Amino acid sequence: MKQNTIYLDNAATTAIRPEVLDAMMPFLTGNFSNPSSIYSAATSAKVAMDEAREKIAAIIGASRGNEIYFTGSGSESVNWAIKVIAEANRDRGNHIITSAVEHHAVLYTCQYLEKIGFDVTFLPVDKFGMISTADLAAAIRPETILVTVMMANNEVGTIMPLEEIGAHLKEVNATRGRENKIFFHTDAIQAVGHIPVNVDALGMDLLSMSAHKLYGPKGMGALYVRRGVKLPPLIHGGGQERGRRGGTENVAGIVGMGAAAHLAVAELDAEAARHTKMRDDFIDKITKAIPYSHLNGHPTKRLPGNVNITFEFIEGEGMLLLLDAKGISASSGSACTSGSLDPSHVLIASGLRHELAHGSLRLSFGRETTKDDLDKLAEILPQIVERLRSMSPLWEEFQKTGNIDKLLGYK
Amino acid sequence: MQYSEKVMDYFMNPRNMGEIENASGVGTVGNAKCGDIMKIYLDIDDEGVIRDAKFKTFGCGAAIATSSIATELVMGKTIDEAIGFTNQAVTEALDGLPPVKVHCSLLAEDAVRAALWDYSQKKGITLDGLVPPSDHDHDHHHDFDDDDE
Repeated sequence: MKQNTIYLDNAATTAIRPEVLDAMMPFLTGNFSNPSSIYSAATSAKVAMDEAREKIAAIIGASRGNEIYFTGSGSESVNWAIKVIAEANRDRGNHIITSAVEHHAVLYTCQYLEKIGFDVTFLPVDKFGMISTADLAAAIRPETILVTVMMANNEVGTIMPLEEIGAHLKEVNATRGRENKIFFHTDAIQAVGHIPVNVDALGMDLLSMSAHKLYGPKGMGALYVRRGVKLPPLIHGGGQERGRRGGTENVAGIVGMGAAAHLAVAELDAEAARHTKMRDDFIDKITKAIPYSHLNGHPTKRLPGNVNITFEFIEGEGMLLLLDAKGISASSGSACTSGSLDPSHVLIASGLRHELAHGSLRLSFGRETTKDDLDKLAEILPQIVERLRSMSPLWEEFQKTGNIDKLLGYK
Repeated sequence: MQYSEKVMDYFMNPRNMGEIENASGVGTVGNAKCGDIMKIYLDIDDEGVIRDAKFKTFGCGAAIATSSIATELVMGKTIDEAIGFTNQAVTEALDGLPPVKVHCSLLAEDAVRAALWDYSQKKGITLDGLVPPSDHDHDHHHDFDDDDE
């Protein structure tokens, strides 16, 4: 990243913290041994991995380090949890419940399962991107085997009512008996390290997380598997991860993830409070300063560092390019920025029309984000929006007729 | 998104952005779903020469750049020449477009044709080689190759 860049895309990835890199370095150079080997250096690598496991267990309120399994990414964790739970329980049911606003790792995994004979309910969301526990409860069938709902949305930051859902599933499971249990998984990749997470309070069986969203290395994920949950491997191979995930361990990555988790949990309360204040001030300031701008996602039940605002009559990529020219890195729900045909499925599911979904700007704060950064952005952004509106035929139409439906071909 | 310097130049400093009052022909193409809407205004004199061209675009950097350069490319051209205008000319003039953005150049071609069609309708004349613009619809040539996160 160039110097003087204001980086507001921490939901995409974060920089490795210096302390994390320091913890990793010895395992990249000096002690490069394979932890499965028998000599003393290998043993010390193994000890370091187990320490990391404990640190990660602690950040999500898991009682034991041996409920944490390391993987190659958050997406691998999600694929493992969903595909393998589905496969292992197929004989008793083929129904899975999820939400319409999941990350593609979950969404596409569920769509794949549909293709091979599973039945998936994609719960709708309200205008805040929130599912309702009542909808979820109503969707449960005798053949339901898995509920997978994200903890916090990566685009709009909405925090899902997992505690409520967990409590409901606990009641349901009490009547169904152990053999007919509905498993509960969450993609907590955007949440861990940013909001408090406690697997016991949530009644979670499986939880996916990723290192590079909390200042750890890329290519490193973990899956929490509650003791007693039978989960065969997704990756077959050697006896690593107690026979549940083959492949020589990424020791440095694991140690880095442990160090990152440890630091994140220590700083969580202070960072969350700091981000929440900056977030709310910024949202208030910008939506007042720029007419026809709206917050996406829930106003209060949202990630502390997430801002997602739609600016009507303009398209997101232009905004990002003009921001980039001013040294500001951000993200958008525009199709053009994702390389796919459609704009953000999250914004569309939340009821936004296509042109509004295309005009969204996502900011995600990190440890280095300051009030000064956001003040600078608040100065620049109105000019950028005005400039793009001056070029926009939608804005022209709106100025002339007060309505853009006809131009857009809406009935 | 890796854009050529030319695309970035036309995005950052768009030429001929704006409207033409009482234009000879106006064409609006694209749709909200794909997120690109282009409007091209043409001023055509009695000899059938395009004297002025302006654009307004809702869309990505490539959409703005392609519509801007399209107005430059058709200016001074006769109607016949403008009917033969293709997206290839746009892409070449911009030193290429990322594959996922080629559809923007097609949209620019459509916008010019739609404006010429509007002109022919207003004048009550038939222009050889010109068909009515399809209704807010377009073929897409997006690739699915650079997802992030």
